[in-house]
Order: sequence, then C-alpha cells, then structure tokens
Amino acid sequence: MDQLQMHMLEKVADLHSVPEGAYNIRDNGQLAGRNTTANIDIVSKSDKPGIDIIIKPGTKNESVHIPVIVSQSGLKDLVYNDFIIGDDADVTIVAGCGIHCGGAETSEHDGVHTFHIGKNAKVKYVEKHYGEGEGTGERILNPTTIIYMDENGYMEMETTQIKGVDSTIRDTRAELKDGATLIIKEKIMTHEKQYAETNFQVDLNGVGSTANVVSRSVAKGSSSQVFNSRICGNSECYGHTECDAILMDEGHVNAIPSLEANHLEASLIHEAAIGKIAGEQIIKLMTLGLTEQEAEEQIINGFLK
Amino acid sequence: MLELQDICFQVNEDSGEKEILKHVNLKIEDSFVAITGPNGGGKSTMAKVIAGIVKPTSGKILFNGEDITDLSITERAKKGISFAFQQPVRFKGLTVLDLINLAHGEPISLNRACKYLSEVGLCAKDYIHREVNASLSGGELKRIEIAMIIARGTKLSIFDEPEAGIDLWSFNNLIRVFEGMREKIDGSLLIISHQERILNIADKIIVLADGEVRAQGTKEEVLPELLTSSQACSTLMDKVV
Repeated sequence: MDQLQMHMLEKVADLHSVPEGAYNIRDNGQLAGRNTTANIDIVSKSDKPGIDIIIKPGTKNESVHIPVIVSQSGLKDLVYNDFIIGDDADVTIVAGCGIHCGGAETSEHDGVHTFHIGKNAKVKYVEKHYGEGEGTGERILNPTTIIYMDENGYMEMETTQIKGVDSTIRDTRAELKDGATLIIKEKIMTHEKQYAETNFQVDLNGVGSTANVVSRSVAKGSSSQVFNSRICGNSECYGHTECDAILMDEGHVNAIPSLEANHLEASLIHEAAIGKIAGEQIIKLMTLGLTEQEAEEQIINGFLK
Repeated sequence: MLELQDICFQVNEDSGEKEILKHVNLKIEDSFVAITGPNGGGKSTMAKVIAGIVKPTSGKILFNGEDITDLSITERAKKGISFAFQQPVRFKGLTVLDLINLAHGEPISLNRACKYLSEVGLCAKDYIHREVNASLSGGELKRIEIAMIIARGTKLSIFDEPEAGIDLWSFNNLIRVFEGMREKIDGSLLIISHQERILNIADKIIVLADGEVRAQGTKEEVLPELLTSSQACSTLMDKVV
C-alpha cells in the first residue's frame, strides 16, 4: 500500500497497518485487499458492485473492517454491501470512506449498507467519512444504511463526518422487532459551503423495542445542515431522538424531529437545540488562560468527541 | 498585590445611568480576604472587573504593581488571576478531567487530578470522567469549579459566593477546603461570601454596599458592627421609601 492509501485508512478506520481479522479494502472502485476468517466470510456480489459479509451465528469478539478509498478525481463509485449477522454473534464492524480529491472533477462514493441482525446478536458499527485534497473537484459521500433487527438484537452505530466532505445525504432506515435496541450517535461538522443532510427513519415494530438517535453537529462558515429524524412507535416501545447543533459564522441548521405514535404504549421523545456557543463557556475557559479561539476549539472538540 | 484605584462602573438602564461601582479604592495584600455586603451591592461586578470580564468605566487595576486595566481575561489569567463563578458553566462533551487539565495548563496524571477532586469532597473515581453537563447537580458543579481553581494554583484566586448552592454538610467541608488553601497558598484568596463562618476565618473583611466600600478591616474591627447593624432592614426600607 502506498502512503496516501495508508493515510486515508488511518483517517477513516484508525488503521495504522492492515487490520487483524476479516477485512475488505476497496480502492478507486477495485478490490485492494481481503481477508476472511473461520467465522466471517466476505463474498463479492455477482449482480452488482459490492460485497456480502456473512458472520456465522455465535461469532464472538471478532471484527470486520471494510474501508473505502477514493483518490481518483472524477470517479463515481457505488457499492452495495450486505451484512448478514448470525444469531447470538457479537462483532464490531468498521466501515468508512475517505476521498482524496486532487483534480478538478467531482469524486463521489455512494454506499448502500444493509444489515440483517440476527436474534440476540450484538453489533457495534463505526463509520467515518472524510475528505481532503488540493483539487477543486467536489467530494461527495452519500451513505445509506438499512437495518433489520431481529428479536433482542442490539446495534450501536457511530457515524462521523468531521471534515472535507462537500455534500452528503445520509439516509438511515431501521426496523426493529421485539426487544431490539438501536443506538445511533451521529457527529457532523461542516465548513465553508458544505451541505449535509441526515435522514433517520426508525420503525419500532416490536414489543419492548428501543431506539436512541442522537446527533451532534457544528455548522461553520456558510455551510448548511438538515436533520430529519423520524421515529414511529408501532408497539409498546421507547424512542428518543435528539439533535444538538452549534452554529458558527454564517452556518445554517434545520432540525426536523418527528414522532409518530401508533400504539398506546409507545413512549417517544424528541429534543432539539440549536445555538451558538454560549458566551459564558468561552469566558470560563478564558479565565483558565485560554484565548478566545482556543476556548472555541476546546468546546467544539469536546462537543464532537 | 492587587490594587483597585478609583474604580467606577456604570450601566445604562431605561431609567438612566446606574452606578454599580462608585470610586472603589482597595488594596488586597492579605492572604485571605472576604468581601461581604447586601445583594446588589456590587460584589460580583467587582470580582468580574478584577478578572477582566467586565471593563470598568474608569479607574485603574494594578496587579503586582503592573497596570492590568486594559488586559484581556486570558492575559490576566496567565498573569495569575483565577475566578470561580457563582454559577458554574456546563459544557456538553467536556469531562471533569478535561476541565482540570485545562485549568492546570497541561495534562496531569489521573492521580493528581483525583487529588484535586478529593480536596473538594468529591469521590474522584465517580466524577473524573463525567461530562460537565446537566446531569451534575449545582453543588457538584460548585465543587468542580473550586477544584479547578486549586488545580490552577495562581497568586490570586477569586471565589464568588462559593457557598451558594452547597448543602450544609458540604459547607462544613468547604470551610475546611478554604482553611487548607489558606495554609498552603502562596498568594491571596478573595472570597465573596455572606457566611459568618467564612468571614470568621478571613484576615480582612471588606464590606461593599451600594457600590461603595463601607468598611474594611480585621474581623474584630468589622464583624461586630456588621452582625449587630440593621443594614438589611435599612436597605429594604430605602427601597420601600
């Protein structure tokens, strides 16, 4: 692997070398490396671009890394990745996409990830999106995540986009059966003229199903963000959605939380708060010896930590 | 160490200009100085003037002989002024450890950070990684605020009503914290307080009322009159009349 590839892998998957366990590295639309294990198989799709990641029932404490790197200006990459996670498995999946744009043409990666989470299975899914490069071409990332959770399944999804992505539309849809739990933590920072749209749709279909969808974002420069989060309670369930955004400069945030209760025992909550950094927070940190700019950085870093 | 020379502070209100501080002259050289006086008398404003949060309308502030009147909050902090807010600020995402590290100026060992928390009566392991957010009570925040000042260890530490929001049991500990700081500190503690027990351990008491220094001296000189005077009633009467 060359230096650029390693650098991008570090940015999107915290990898400093080829990962342990199962992995599939996609570089400019091509397979750049793959490893499978006794319990985790990775198979290329035959009908469309993408892979199937098949995790055997009962697989414990294993991980799968599937980073994607786009460094070719003008490349439009589209993949369909399906994760079939067997009953009682307990695994960590690290995805992520980094675009390094060195030219004038737009580079784009659209990933459609579909999760089938088995009964009592537990998944931690970490996804990072990152863009960089000296080129003038736009860097576009449109991730779609579709989650089907069987009885008592558990999924924690951490999705982060901190820098360099000019435009993103992030769609996440989930359907939960009895006793399933979904926790989503989203962190977004946009700057300059970037645009980020997030759409969450969670259907709590099963008795005792739970969803907690929390988004923290910072809109700097003249960037713009839209946050749509919709939870439908179709059973005895608990749903909570929260959008917390900090505005800076000429930033713009539109938060549209939505709750639909179709069952008497559905308990649904939404919270949304948008505003600039509180002046007293900056003053407090200045009394500790930080400059105003350092104080702002600390507050933002902490907020998105 | 700290000298206020003819400090005035005015604000514009609908009813006209209001003087919050009126020609305040003070020298603070002792190690433990308490400022007391009725609510609305200008105590918090004076503390903010010293920390640089509020700019005085006129007058001069000298710190260790240097004119700091035009220095920013940051510059004053770096020169050795700390300020514990009356109402501590919450931060989403920043942990107690983050704030203690920032207060200290560089990352410190977990053990040392825990020591600061223990000094203010917080069980360190329960708090060190907690976010300083709405999940903490007012009393917990006050103690973390004080721990940050201890972590800074500066020449001048100002506390704006440290007892406010702290329960009686914790208040006894708080007195011990200040007694301990008084013994160890190589500088001055300036504490705004209404509590007799805090005034009792002060080397000097300053009474600030209606924007003016009404009295200053040792506790023997100031306390007897303060405790027997009907200042609160007369203040109320002034307002009623």
